[in-house]
Formats: sequence, C-alpha cells, structure tokens
Amino acid sequence: MSYLAITDLQKHYDDYHALRGINLTIEEGEFIVFVGPSGCGKSTLLRTIAGLETSSSGSIDLDGKDITELASSKRDLAMVFQSYALYPHMTVADNLSFALRLAKAPDAEIKEKVQSVSKSLQLDALLERKPKELSGGQRQRVAIGRAIVRQPKVFLFDEPLSNLDAALRVQMRLELARLHKKLGTTMIYVTHDQVEAMTLADRVVILNAGQIEQVGTPLELYRQPNSRFVAEFIGTPKMNLIPLDQAVKQDSEVELTLLGKSISFPTSRLTGELSNHTIMGIRPEHMHLVDQAADLTGKVELVEHLGSEAYAHILLSSGQTIIVKASARIDLADGQQVHIQLEVDEMILLNDQDRVISASTEGE
Amino acid sequence: MKRSITRLLMAPSVILLLIWMIVPLSMTIYFSTIRYNLLYPGQNNFVGWMNFEFFLTDPGFFPAVANTLILLASVLIITVVLGVLLSALIDRPFWGQGIVRVLLISPFFIMPTVNALIWKNMMMNPVYGIFAWISESLGFEPIDWLSSFPLASIIIMVSWQWLPFAILVFVTALQSQDTEQKEAAQMDGATGWHIFRYLTLPHLARPITVVVMIETIFLLAIFAEIFVSTGGGPGYDSTNLAYLIYNQALLQYDVGVASAGGLFAVLLANIVAFFLIRAVGKNLTV
Repeated sequence: MSYLAITDLQKHYDDYHALRGINLTIEEGEFIVFVGPSGCGKSTLLRTIAGLETSSSGSIDLDGKDITELASSKRDLAMVFQSYALYPHMTVADNLSFALRLAKAPDAEIKEKVQSVSKSLQLDALLERKPKELSGGQRQRVAIGRAIVRQPKVFLFDEPLSNLDAALRVQMRLELARLHKKLGTTMIYVTHDQVEAMTLADRVVILNAGQIEQVGTPLELYRQPNSRFVAEFIGTPKMNLIPLDQAVKQDSEVELTLLGKSISFPTSRLTGELSNHTIMGIRPEHMHLVDQAADLTGKVELVEHLGSEAYAHILLSSGQTIIVKASARIDLADGQQVHIQLEVDEMILLNDQDRVISASTEGE
Repeated sequence: MKRSITRLLMAPSVILLLIWMIVPLSMTIYFSTIRYNLLYPGQNNFVGWMNFEFFLTDPGFFPAVANTLILLASVLIITVVLGVLLSALIDRPFWGQGIVRVLLISPFFIMPTVNALIWKNMMMNPVYGIFAWISESLGFEPIDWLSSFPLASIIIMVSWQWLPFAILVFVTALQSQDTEQKEAAQMDGATGWHIFRYLTLPHLARPITVVVMIETIFLLAIFAEIFVSTGGGPGYDSTNLAYLIYNQALLQYDVGVASAGGLFAVLLANIVAFFLIRAVGKNLTV
C-alpha cells in the first residue's frame, strides 16, 4: 500500500483537457519532483492534489483514505506557493502560527513550535516584521516555515524558487534538500527547471501534455529515457539525436551506418524492433574529439567556453549540427576539421515512433 | 531668476484659488459680527459675539448638532458594514453578476432630491407607500415614517444613496486581493469566515478609511433629503446643522446668525476631521 496513490486522474477545463489519466504512487518520505514544459499540467496536478482544483474523474488516496472530494483545509497538506502568499497584514510570527491558531492549539505549544521552526530557518530575528519588510529569500523561508510548523502529511511546492535570483536559488535548493533529509516528510515539488529536478528528487515525474511521460530516479531518466521527449528534456545541453542511414540486425551485433561509417551495437541491448528510420541518441559528454579518423567527421562551427569545460558545435556533412563536450582548454579554430569518437556503451536507439528501443548497459 | 518666473506663472491660479476661499470666509466672518437681518435693512451695526450667542442658545442648536452627528455615525456604520458584506458576497462569480453589480451601484446616480421624493412618496407614505402596504398585508398598523421616525427615515434615505459608493470602492479593492493568499489560508485550514476575518478585512482597511473620509465630508452637509421630505421636523427632530443654518438665513431672514452658524459648522467639521484622522488615518500611511 503506497502512501499517496493517484488513480486515473482526469481534469477538464471547459474545452481543455488538462490532465489525461494520471496514475502515480508515491511512498512515504519520498521527494517527488514534477517537471515538464509550461502548460504540461504539472501545476494543475499539484493543485488537484492540494484540493484547490477539483478533478473531473479519478481518485486520490492519502495514507489509506480517499481524499478526492475532501476540502483542501481537511487534507492535512501544506503548500508553498510561487508568490509565497504570505499574509501581508500579519507579522512573521503570526504568519507562522496562523494554521495552529486556527486549529486552536494551546498557546504554549504554538509558541514552542514557532520558536523551533524560526530557529531552524534563521528567522528568529525577524519574527516581529511584516512580510513587506523582508527580502525575497527571507519571505521564501517564512513560506517554508509556515508549511513546516503544521507537520503535515505531505509538503507541496509550486515552483518555490523561481522568484529568487540565481545565487539564492542554489542556496535555497540546498536548504530544501537538507530540510527533506532532516524531516523525512513526503514532498512533492513542481518545477520547470530540470537542474532542480535532478538535484532534489528521489524520483522525477516527467509530464507532457497532461500525461506522465516517465517516472524514475534522476539517473535512470538521464541514462535510460524511454522516449524522445524525455531524452531531449533532461540534460543540458540536449542529447544529440542523429538519424542513421541504415540499421541492420545481425546475430550478435546491429550494424549502424552513419554518414558512410559503420558502428556496431550489441544486439543484446535491443528491447524493440528496428524501424526504417532509426535515430541514434548520444549525450555531448559521451563523444570525444580525437586526432585520427574515427566514427564521425565534421567542421567546427562555434565553441562555447564555460570555464570548466567547453562545448563545440560541430557541423556534420549531413548538414546537422551536434554538440560535443570538450576539455576547457581546447583550442579549435572555426571551420577546422575534427574527428569524433563515440562511446557506444552510452548510446541509445530510437525508432520512428520516438520510443527508445535500447537498454542501458548493466552495472556501474 | 528661474524661480521667480515659475512663481510668476503660478501666481494667477494660486491667487484665484486664494480669493475663491478667502473672500467667502472673510465675508462670513464679517457678517457674523454685524447685525444683518433682511427684515431690517440698513441697520448693519457691529454686534460682537451676539450672533454667536443667538445661534448657540437657539432651541434648535443642540438637537441640530446631535442630529448631525447621529446622522453621520449611523450612515457611516450602515454603509461600511453593509458595503463590506455585500461586496464580499458579490465578489465570487455567479450567474447575473454584471446585472446585480449595476443594480447595486445605480442608486448613486439618482440625485438626492429625487431620492428623497421616491422614499417619501413611494416607500414611506402611510397611505399608499410600499412599507404601509407591507404592514397592512401582515395585519399591522401602517407607520407614518416621516412624522414618527423622522431622523431614522432620513438615515435610511441617505444610506440608500451612499451604499453604492461604498460598494463601488470595496468591490474594486476586493478584485486586487491576491488569490494565492486565500488558497494558502485554505491549505492552512481556514474556513470562509476565517479568510474574511483575517485576510479580506485587513485588506479592506485602506478602502474603508477612504470611504469613511469621503462620506464624512458629504454627510456633514446633508440638506436636500431633509428639505424635500421632513422639512427638519417635526419640531427639530430631523434638523441638522446645515438645515438649521438655512432656517436662520432664509426662513428667519437673519443672515448674521446664519453666518455665525456657518462658522460653527466649519469648527465642527474640523473637530470631526481631527478625531477621524486620529482614529483611521494611520491606515492611509502604511
């Protein structure tokens, strides 16, 4: 029995089908991240779990209880909003204690909880201030504190870091990860930022057009995407997808033909049938620039130096540009001819339905 | 140099405004110190504080001050309380919201004289008024509102006139309330009443202040409703300061005493404004 189970959840707005049959189970204590492009339904899904939107059909069970029709105030969930939604007329202390005061908790208990939460979030010096006298990061911490104080069954985060500047975002991301470790409470986190998804999640749920594309640990999704959408969505820069000229299945090897060169791929890793137009997927860090002739040849179009590494954009003879990760001090001239070696172990194959038809290598 | 040109260019409007204010005020002060009765033309000798003495000892004076303040307080309370409740009620979308809003705002467009006539003849008339008809169909004696409860009748008319103004301001203010805050409160376990009490009311503090301030200015000078309906009576039961001053000037033809009354009204308005700003003005500075 899972902690939070969502079964065949559908959501229609007037003529818009926002959630198209969501099935998901979440275990107690997991950190789940919903990620996807804007309009994919991730916020709608979170708000439906919160009870702020009603579902059209399907059910949500929490801790063995059906909460599909329950008012959000009775679900025992806490939510952190993108705009923080602090109560502007109340001090930080009153913001933190609002839910406890509504629940008529004893004064001593309220005081103690507010104090311990404000201490752990370094808000003790700010308790008497109003929200508008706080900085963005401090407001964010108050919003998180307001959720923690209640000790809910599940925390819901709706893009909580997107209003912060880059440096603060990294810091708050770290604090959230620490918080989850300390509290061990189930958390559901919505973001469009795949870095947040990869770094925070126990499991990532990738949504696309109201449906779940794939669920898995960040590394699973990175190494073994099961569709073109996931392959392209996860990873910066994007995975290179190169159409193959030909793919012929032999006994122990699949012979892949690519711009006149042939590459062999172990048949044991195939999980589906090859199609007429097979596509090869490979990440920039799994290709290496080498001196002598290798799997691919192309011309340097542009080099992006990031300091710790560099990304070379290379124009192939087919007219496609691929991105190859190179060492930071690489010295390449525009238009220079380069040879590229591929790591076959890290390659994936996609069929013409945009489904992945290869398994990742075992081990590691 | 530059500064003096600026001043020179500004001078006409400043001087005009100054004259606009100073001339009536100083003439009122002048009239209040002389004997100036339209029935005795030409006998305009200086009388000192006599006009003030006459006005303050007039049998209508204390009733008029009391009625002015009662009218002010009652209408403020009725319009603010009902205004907040009705605005909160029509804030959520429902079928026919647009029409309901227009209907709620429309009394504001009716001029005070017409308003008083409608209430006097259509609603409160003891013979063919709607209130009388309701009482009769329930088996009660019809009430002659204007002679039995003159001040209450005036309060009802003026409240009806000013409630739309309050609703207009509050509805606009409610539209700027953050929905995520309300959702956050819902998640925190707040009921509709809690959200109203802890989020909506504090959010409305400033609009309420604005409504109270603006209404006070106009309510201290209510005249047309009284003139058209009760004529200040019976006795002094529905006479306020504005009506008493009119009474002195144009029914007793004593411009001097009326001017003294006008100056007292200015004083009273300042006293009210002082307490008002102390009470609610802090909402404006935040």
